[in-house]
Amino acid sequence: MPKAIEIASLNAYYGSFHAVADVSLTIAPRSITAFIGPSGCGKSTLLRTLNRMHEVIPGARVTGSVLVEGQDVYGSGVDPVLVRQRVGMVFQRPNPFPTMSIKDNVLAGVRLQRRRLSKGEANSVVERSLRSAGLWTEVRDRLDKPGASLSGGQQQRLCIARAIAIEPEVLLMDEPCSALDPISTLAIEELMAGLKATYTVVIVTHNMAQAARISDKTAFFTIDGARKPGRLVEYGPTAAMFSEPNQQATADYIAGRFG
Amino acid sequence: MGTVVAERPAVRDSGLNRLVGQPEGTRPPGKRWGKAPKASTGVERAGDRAARRLATAAGATILVALAGVGLFLLARGLPAVRAGQGDLPEGATSFWQLAGPLAFGSVWAAALALLFAIPVAVAVALFISMYAPRRFAGPLGATVDVLAAIPSVVYGLWGLMVFAPMTAGLYRWLSDHMGWFPLFAGKPSATGRTILTAALVLAVMVLPIIAAVCREVFLQTPALSVEAALALGATRWETIRLAVFPFARSGIVSGAMLGLGRALGETMAIAMVLSPTPFLMSVRLLNNTNPNTIAASIAQNFPEAYGMEVNALIGLGLILFVITFAVNYLARRVVARSQPGA
Ligand SMILES: Nc1ncnc2c1ncn2[C@@H]1O[C@H](COP(=O)(O)OP(=O)(O)O)[C@@H](O)[C@H]1O
Ligand SMILES: [Mg+2]
Repeated sequence: MPKAIEIASLNAYYGSFHAVADVSLTIAPRSITAFIGPSGCGKSTLLRTLNRMHEVIPGARVTGSVLVEGQDVYGSGVDPVLVRQRVGMVFQRPNPFPTMSIKDNVLAGVRLQRRRLSKGEANSVVERSLRSAGLWTEVRDRLDKPGASLSGGQQQRLCIARAIAIEPEVLLMDEPCSALDPISTLAIEELMAGLKATYTVVIVTHNMAQAARISDKTAFFTIDGARKPGRLVEYGPTAAMFSEPNQQATADYIAGRFG
Repeated sequence: MGTVVAERPAVRDSGLNRLVGQPEGTRPPGKRWGKAPKASTGVERAGDRAARRLATAAGATILVALAGVGLFLLARGLPAVRAGQGDLPEGATSFWQLAGPLAFGSVWAAALALLFAIPVAVAVALFISMYAPRRFAGPLGATVDVLAAIPSVVYGLWGLMVFAPMTAGLYRWLSDHMGWFPLFAGKPSATGRTILTAALVLAVMVLPIIAAVCREVFLQTPALSVEAALALGATRWETIRLAVFPFARSGIVSGAMLGLGRALGETMAIAMVLSPTPFLMSVRLLNNTNPNTIAASIAQNFPEAYGMEVNALIGLGLILFVITFAVNYLARRVVARSQPGA
């Protein structure tokens, strides 16, 4: 089976605080993988190690390796900027650039890579990305309005459009729906099934039902107490994990008997 | 079995090289806080009332002071507009012969100073807020603040005794090699006491103020936008362009306006450095003959002035007052216009 992401013996630290301990797992291409687990167990931290966003926090560091399409993103001489172009990210809170129009938001990343972009090319990138993000019909006649004028759910889909406009191989999503209402959440869940055809998607979610609905595989993380590192408990196909988990901790968490 | 640990805030509040002063990123640039809501009961509490009255009084005081200054300048300055030869300083034949070149000199020197100071100040502020290692950033910032507080006489002395002599050689070189450029035309000054030197001294003076304001503004950049840019594969400089500058624009203008105020009003540094020529209006930068500025001219002429001459100098002050207002207003208009959705 081809592998899009191979995480091996990965540890993440914030200064002297060990946040994620010894995680190894392999993610198949063109699949959706959900990271679940209690707050503070290191899901976001692990996700951010995959596109080297972890290290932008002062004092934060990583050991171990992350191979994306066989290439170690922590290899010597690897430019984190190029890693982030291949591994896109959508954040918990929608964060379109507030002073930019909808169109410029979509093009922001593209323009970093290609200075010269003809009008026609720009328009087709905007349309394709907004279509993939399920936003095109809603904004097609107000592309020059500020991104901040959209609703929260629309802003999040704009952020997805911005992330996929640069055609990354992997799309990381850190609780992309937790700041959204149920209808916007549904819109994003529907969109993810389509994204899977093109991208390898890794999503952190607090919402168990969401993980069950959209993901192919699920990784369950936990933490053994405050100031202890988060660790991977169980990783497997979502359906099996939710029906008959191997570990008692997973069963407890899924059943809501937690903490 | 694990424990549920309190969720940390959704936005990382920890640093990104201190790019993250304002985690929420909700305050739109240049917009002030809205009016505080009235108490929902419709009854104003005592504390609210006191605070409102205090704030209103303070605001009113400023307006009254401003109006007072304006009225004074108008009442005492206007008579000089019709004054003729004999009543005016420096033997001017009309008020406008006196005021025109001085107004030009003030604006010209201040504009040159800002032209030099703004890019450097922005760069210094960027360095302190984005690039400098943490343990340097604090002391560097403090140093800039101290520089901003140095009295202008000190800059004037330094300009006259150290800087001007140093520039003479450079001016000769510029004149020899780039004399075709209109601003560098004419015989270069041997003493270096030119309008360019004066503008450079002004630039050094206003630089710390602008840098201090810019640094504060850069530190307010919302973390959300910084992360958005980084995650798109932006380099540090691209992150600054995408996330930092759009927010900072109106703050940079505010800093520049503070600098401009100081540059337009500066008397000592100009009076000490510049060798002025009465009634001259010229854009040449390297000559011994230079336009004077309003502020320096007032300071130089006031001690010996009497009668209508005093009115003429106050009239010059009025013109400076109007220039400051006009420039400030224009700058605000430009910023307001360049903000989308505004
Ligand atoms: N910027 C940071 N600085 C220091 N510690 C952090 C930072 N971000 C997260 N942590 C800590 O790392 C641990 C894992 O956090 P996180 O990955 O955000 O968990 P999750 O996303 O699973 O809720 C928590 O204990 C959290 O307090
Ligand atoms: Mg998280």
